[in-house]
Amino acid sequence: MTPFPGDPPVTSALVEEHHLTPDEFARIEKLLGRTPTLSELGIFSALWSEHCSYKHSRPILKTFPTTGPQVVQGPGENAGVLRLPDGWAVAFKIESHNHPSAVEPYQGAATGAGGILRDVFTMGARPVAMLNSLRFGSLDEARNRYLFAGVVKGIGDYGNCVGVPVLGGEVDFAPGYTGNPLVNAMCVGLLKEKDLIRAAAHGVGNVLITMGSSTGRDGIHGASFASEELTAKSEARRPQVQVGDPFTEKLLLEASLELIQSGHIVAIQDMGAAGLTSSSAEMAARGGVGVEIDLSLVPTREKGMTPYEILLSESQERMLVVAKADRVKAVEAIAAKWDLTAMPIGRVTDDGMYRCMWKDQVVVEIPGRQLVEDCPVYYPEAKESPAVARLRTERPTPHSPLPQVGEALLRLLDDPSIASKRWVYEQYDSSVQARAVIHPGGDAGVLRVQGTDFALAVTTDCNSRYLALDPYEGGMAAVAEAARNVACTGARPLGLTDCLNFGSPERPEVFFQFREACRGISDACVALDTPVTGGNVSFYNESPTGSVDPTPVIGMVGLLEHADRAVPSHASGAGDVVLIAGDTSSELGGSAYWEVIQGFRGGTPPRVDLVGARHLVDFLVGAASGRLLKSAHDASAGGLGVALAEAAIGGPYQNAGMGLTVDLSNYAPALSDGDLLFSESHNRAVLTVSPDRVPA
Amino acid sequence: PYYVWHKDTDLKGADVVILPGGFSYGDYLRSGAIARFSPIMEAVAAHARAGGPVLGLCNGFQILCEAGLLPGGLVRNDRLRYVSRPVRLRVEAVDTPFTNAYRKGEEITVPIAHGDGRYVADAPTLAALEAEGRVVWRYVGENPNGSTNGIAGVCNAARNVVGVMPHPERLNAPVLGGQDGARVFFSLEARDATQHAGDLRAVGGHHRGV
Repeated sequence: MTPFPGDPPVTSALVEEHHLTPDEFARIEKLLGRTPTLSELGIFSALWSEHCSYKHSRPILKTFPTTGPQVVQGPGENAGVLRLPDGWAVAFKIESHNHPSAVEPYQGAATGAGGILRDVFTMGARPVAMLNSLRFGSLDEARNRYLFAGVVKGIGDYGNCVGVPVLGGEVDFAPGYTGNPLVNAMCVGLLKEKDLIRAAAHGVGNVLITMGSSTGRDGIHGASFASEELTAKSEARRPQVQVGDPFTEKLLLEASLELIQSGHIVAIQDMGAAGLTSSSAEMAARGGVGVEIDLSLVPTREKGMTPYEILLSESQERMLVVAKADRVKAVEAIAAKWDLTAMPIGRVTDDGMYRCMWKDQVVVEIPGRQLVEDCPVYYPEAKESPAVARLRTERPTPHSPLPQVGEALLRLLDDPSIASKRWVYEQYDSSVQARAVIHPGGDAGVLRVQGTDFALAVTTDCNSRYLALDPYEGGMAAVAEAARNVACTGARPLGLTDCLNFGSPERPEVFFQFREACRGISDACVALDTPVTGGNVSFYNESPTGSVDPTPVIGMVGLLEHADRAVPSHASGAGDVVLIAGDTSSELGGSAYWEVIQGFRGGTPPRVDLVGARHLVDFLVGAASGRLLKSAHDASAGGLGVALAEAAIGGPYQNAGMGLTVDLSNYAPALSDGDLLFSESHNRAVLTVSPDRVPA
Repeated sequence: PYYVWHKDTDLKGADVVILPGGFSYGDYLRSGAIARFSPIMEAVAAHARAGGPVLGLCNGFQILCEAGLLPGGLVRNDRLRYVSRPVRLRVEAVDTPFTNAYRKGEEITVPIAHGDGRYVADAPTLAALEAEGRVVWRYVGENPNGSTNGIAGVCNAARNVVGVMPHPERLNAPVLGGQDGARVFFSLEARDATQHAGDLRAVGGHHRGV
C-alpha cells in the first residue's frame, strides 16, 4: 500500500485532528496489520465518529423495545417501517441537523430536511408528510431570532419545493439552547409492503452507481463535526455546511422510486453523513459482501479532488445505487429521463474487503465487516448532578403578590413556547398532495391515504423541562404525550422514532440523563405498545454556555381506521358540552406556570401513570371511532387553563373563535385556582361533545 | 386524465390541458421562467390559440404568464415570505370553462401555498382585465400576498385560458374539510365546455399524485 501522491504522512497529530483516540488508532493498526493511509484514516474517522457509530449509545439503544406484529422493519435501516391495512406500510424516521444549523441556519436546516426525505424514499416509500422539532434560546436575543427565522425559512424553501406537506412539529424556546439550537426533521412515507427495499448490497458482480449531483469539496467531515462540541471556533466550520438543491432532490425522489419499481436495482442508499464512505461501507456490511470502487470515476465538481476528499465529501442530493450487473444501461436511462447523471463507479465483490482504487492503484483496503462493526463501544460513567437532585426538591420563593389567574393565563398564552406557531407553519405548505385532514396547529397532523378508508396521525413531542429535572419521568412523559396527541385525533399509536439530543456523553451527568431518559422511553413504549423503529442520537450538543437540556424528541405515527372520523383539537359547535377526561392534582413542578409566572425552573415534574395513559388512549380511540367527540385536545404545558383556551381559540384550518363557559367547581374542589388551571398532571384531555351524546 | 411528459411535443389529442402547481425547475431564476421553454409548451400554446381550455394552477399560472398566454406576472409576496393557509375568494367571472358551475359573486374557501403570488400588470392591462370582466377570482378580506386589485386569477381575452394562484384542486372532498374547489373541474362537464368534451388531461408531472 503506497500513499496517494501528495497525501501527508499519518502522524499522531493528524490522528488527533481526525478525532480518533490513541487507543482507537491502535485498534485500527491492529485491524489492518499496518498504518492506515490518509484516506483510510479519514474513513475510520467518519465511520467511527459518534454520529455514524453510536459508540457511546449502542448498549443503551439495544434496550429499546423494537418488535411487535406491526413492525416490518426495526432499527438498522435508513428508516423504520410499520404495517398498515390493505398491504400498505409507513416508513418514517427523525434525524438531527443541529450543528450545521447552529453555524448556517438556512442551509443547515434545508439540508436536514433533504437528508431525512432521502432516508425515507430509499426504502421505496413516497414521502407524504414532514414534521420538525425546533429548539432555540430566548427570542430576546438577536442571534436566536436570526437562527429561528433562518431555520424556518430553510425548512420551508426545501420542503415546499419538493412538494411534501409539513403536518406537524413543535417549537420551544429555553435558555439551555442558546448557542446550540436543535433542528430535528422527521419524514413519513407510504409504500406497499411488497415494494420495500433494504439497503443491503448483494450479488457479486453487481454494479455500484452514483446518481445525482456531482461531488464537491463541501461538507467534508460533516459527520465528525456533528460529533464535537460547538465552540467559538465553530464559525470557521461554516464552509463545511452543505448547500441544498431541492429541485435535484425532487428529481432524485422520482428517479429513485422509479428505479425501485423497475426491479433493475438491489439496493439504494443516500450519500448522507460521511458521504460515499458510509453509504458504500454500510450497504456492503449489511449484505455481507465486499465492494471495489474506482474513485477516479466519481463525477466531481472541481478538478484535482483527492481520493480522501471524494470519499468524505457530503455534497447533497447524491445516491448510491447497486444495480443488477446486466441492467446498468436501464438504470442510466431512468436517470437520464430525470435529467440526472448516473455513473458506474464500482462493483460488489466476494472477498469482503472495502477496497478503493485510483485507476490501477489501491488506495484503501479495509476488511469491510470490521470497519463497520468493530468500532469500539464505550460504557461511560453515569451520575446525576447533585444540583439537579436538589432542584427537584425546591419550590419557587413566594412572590407577592402573584397575578390573578386570568392575568397569569394571558401571560402563559403570550409565552413564545406556548403561543400559536402559526408564524412558523404558515411558511410550510401543508395542503400539497391534498392529503391533510388535520393541518398543523392541532394535537397531531392527520393525513389521508388516497384510495383507502384509513388515515395516519403524526406528531413530535418532548417537554425538556421535565427531562432536565427528572430524565426518567421526562422520557416516559415524552412518549405518553405523543401517544395522547395521536389518540386525541382518534388514531391508535403504532410506533415511534426518536431523536435523542443530549450534551457530551463523556460528562457523567449527561450520560445519566441519557440512560435514564432511554429507560423512561422504553418503559412507556412497552406500556403503550409503541415499539421504537429507529432514530438518531445527537450527542455533543454543547456550547460555551453548557450542555443543552436533555431533549429526546419522540416522533410518533398512529393509525386512524376511518379518515372521516378524525377528531380536531378545536371546539366548533355552539351549545356543545365541554368535558375534561382525567384527573388533576397539585403538580406544578417543572410547569410552564412556575417558569413563566414565577421565574422558577425546578421542582418535581408530574408523575407519569402508564396504566392511566393507556386507558386514556383507549378511551379516546374508542370514543372517536364511535363518533362521540366533536373535539379533543391534550392538556400539557400550561395545564387545563391553556388547553381550554386553545380549544376555544381555534386555528387557520379550523372554525376559529368559539367561547367556552366552564364550571370547574366540582371537578377538583380541593385545589387552589392556580393548581387547578396550571398544574400539568398527565393523562388529561379537554373534549367537546354534542349535547345529545352526553349522559344525563 | 393522463399526464404528458414535459419533453414531449404532442398533447395526444387532449381536449383540456391543466398545468399543475409545483416548483418547475425549483423556481430557480424566476417562477415558471424555465418551464415555459419546455418542449410541450408549443403544443399547449397551439391548443390555446385554437380555443382549447387551459387551466394553470399556482406554478401553472406562473408558467402561463411567462409563456405570454396570460397577461401580467406573479412576483414575490409583499411580506417576502411563503404563505400557506386557506383564503376566501370571490368568483368574479363565471363565463369560463372552469367557473361556469359557480354563481357570480359567490364566495369560496380554498388554500394558497406560494412565495411568488403577487399579481402585477401594467395599468392598461389592468384596466382591460377589469373592464372586460377577466378577473376570474379575487381575494376577499385580507389580501394575502399584495396582489394588485386583490387579483387571484385571470383569463385571456378569449376566456379559454385561465390561471389561478390558489389551489382549488386541494379542497375538493369533505374529508379535507371542504369541497369548494371541486366545481372548477365539474365546470368542464357543463354546457359551455361540451364543445371540448372528453377526457380531462394534464400536462406536467412534477407533483404527481396531486
